[in-house]
Amino acid sequence: MSTVAERAARPQPYELSRLRRLARSPWGRFLRKLPFWLLIAIIFVYALFPFYWAIRSAFTPDSDLFVTPVKYFPSHPTLTNFREVLSTKDFQHALINSTIVATSVTVISLAIGALAGYAIGRFRFRGRAAVLYLMLSMTIFPQIAILGALYTMITRFHLYDSLGALILSYMIFTLPFTVWVLTSFMRGLPGDLEEAAYVDGATPLQVFYKVLLPLIAPGLVTTGLLAFIAAWNEYLYALSFIQTPQKYTVTLAITTFQGKSGFQQPWGEIMAATVIVTLPLIVATLVLQRRILAGLTAGAVKG
Amino acid sequence: MSVAPVPTRAVVKRRRRSRLQRKQTTLAWILLLPALAVVAFVAFYPLGKTIYYSFTDQQFLSGLQPTKWIGLRNYKDLIHDTDFRNSIWVTVKFTLITVSFEFVLGMIIALVVNSNFKGRGVMRGVMLVPWAIPTVVAAQMWKWMYDDVFGVVNDGGRRLHLLHHSVAWISQPNTALGSVCAVDIWKTTPFVALLLLAGLQVIPGELYEAARVDGASPLQQFYRITLPLLRPAILVALIFRTLDALRVFDVFNVFFGNRASTQTMAIYDQNTIVGVGDVGYGSAISVGIFIIIGLFVVIYTTVMRVEEE
Repeated sequence: MSTVAERAARPQPYELSRLRRLARSPWGRFLRKLPFWLLIAIIFVYALFPFYWAIRSAFTPDSDLFVTPVKYFPSHPTLTNFREVLSTKDFQHALINSTIVATSVTVISLAIGALAGYAIGRFRFRGRAAVLYLMLSMTIFPQIAILGALYTMITRFHLYDSLGALILSYMIFTLPFTVWVLTSFMRGLPGDLEEAAYVDGATPLQVFYKVLLPLIAPGLVTTGLLAFIAAWNEYLYALSFIQTPQKYTVTLAITTFQGKSGFQQPWGEIMAATVIVTLPLIVATLVLQRRILAGLTAGAVKG
Repeated sequence: MSVAPVPTRAVVKRRRRSRLQRKQTTLAWILLLPALAVVAFVAFYPLGKTIYYSFTDQQFLSGLQPTKWIGLRNYKDLIHDTDFRNSIWVTVKFTLITVSFEFVLGMIIALVVNSNFKGRGVMRGVMLVPWAIPTVVAAQMWKWMYDDVFGVVNDGGRRLHLLHHSVAWISQPNTALGSVCAVDIWKTTPFVALLLLAGLQVIPGELYEAARVDGASPLQQFYRITLPLLRPAILVALIFRTLDALRVFDVFNVFFGNRASTQTMAIYDQNTIVGVGDVGYGSAISVGIFIIIGLFVVIYTTVMRVEEE
């Protein structure tokens, strides 16, 4: 390696040293790093632009929104769109409905999933691996494959067109995932504390409540958030099992939003709605960034 | 007088342990019971029922006519169903396009973000943003961006002289599939990148140092160190993405409703069951989808097993 460089260097030592000096100067260092930072900038813009566009459209009054050429910044920012959307009865209902559904699904999944995770993660018994694989295979279960049967089941239980239908059916994707991730959290705990508790005469359930559950609290928060997001974002079952607009979830409300005129698609208001629906998720995701990444990779990489 | 065998200490211990073991096993299954019951009730029971329905003429409003066992008729119809065949083709095309783009772009992003620079944490947060946006919401955002008159895609394209005139991206047949793919690629690439990034960070840095000492070029380092060690993460990312793409529903529904030419398998199935109300035939489609997805799982797991050996 050095020999090649030397051979190349010998005929024009002056040239090379000048180049080298240039490369070491701050300006040279900047130039050398330029492609890298350019790439970073491109990724940054690519990831955020559609969301920026939604925000900018939400703050733009209709008189500036439906014009060509397109304006890239809102020159007269306004809150009208947000006010309009939030005063719509159907959208208010949708926010409440989605909150009810996603919260119930999350709480139930966590409760059942933590027990199962405790069993798989801290006990040795025959069939443990089989149960774990069953849960893993459930995470790739195509929801469309059971739509017909769920549809008739839900009708038979008189749950059609009710939030209960969604709470029940969303367990298909939140529960297996919760079990899987919480098992990996339970497994990661050291055994000492548990043993100490047993020596002190605690029952397994006491160990679960008083020792293990507090220890995996961060895991519960992460898993809960992921389950909440999955339920909040669901569309297929909501579209199939809900009929009356008062019972719409946010995904349904956003895709059917009509606005007052019903003439031109009210894109400003729709974008305001998308921002309202998305912002809490983004904030929560960014706050819990590190843990979410750990949870996601536990769910995927370890498979 | 026979002497009762006095249990040795080891035997007592073993017996006690086995009793404890049995108690533990019982408790474990009790703890598992709720989870297993829910899974059985919301997944396995409906799955069995779907298979049963696929042999009947079950309609959604079955009060009018009793359900009849019709044998394989639904499946015979399914084989000759050009709409279904077309939906498979659309879904497979969508899957191939999105998964390959997401993988290549995701790999590039992961490699860039993996290098040490100020603001790496911020970048990782930025990459989570598209992932956190609900698919339906993302689809709406892009639908507005694609607007043929006031959309930013047309405006930007014209400003950059990439387009001569506005394009109706969603309604034109030759750009329709590409426009949905772009939404999915945008939403999921960062997630793929994050998965690969997690895999990259486990690779010890000494390997690269040793390679550099031996005079390996960055490209050689990538092919000889990064790719082989990243293989498990790559395979997992590919499997998850493929299976996800095969059941795609949300974006297509928001963009096209159930327009026949751009129907995915899931769209066609949902419309047959809920829109038409033909639960029997829809269930046969469901079984078809299940088999197709199962086929992909088998292919992937075989590849993985071969890799392991």
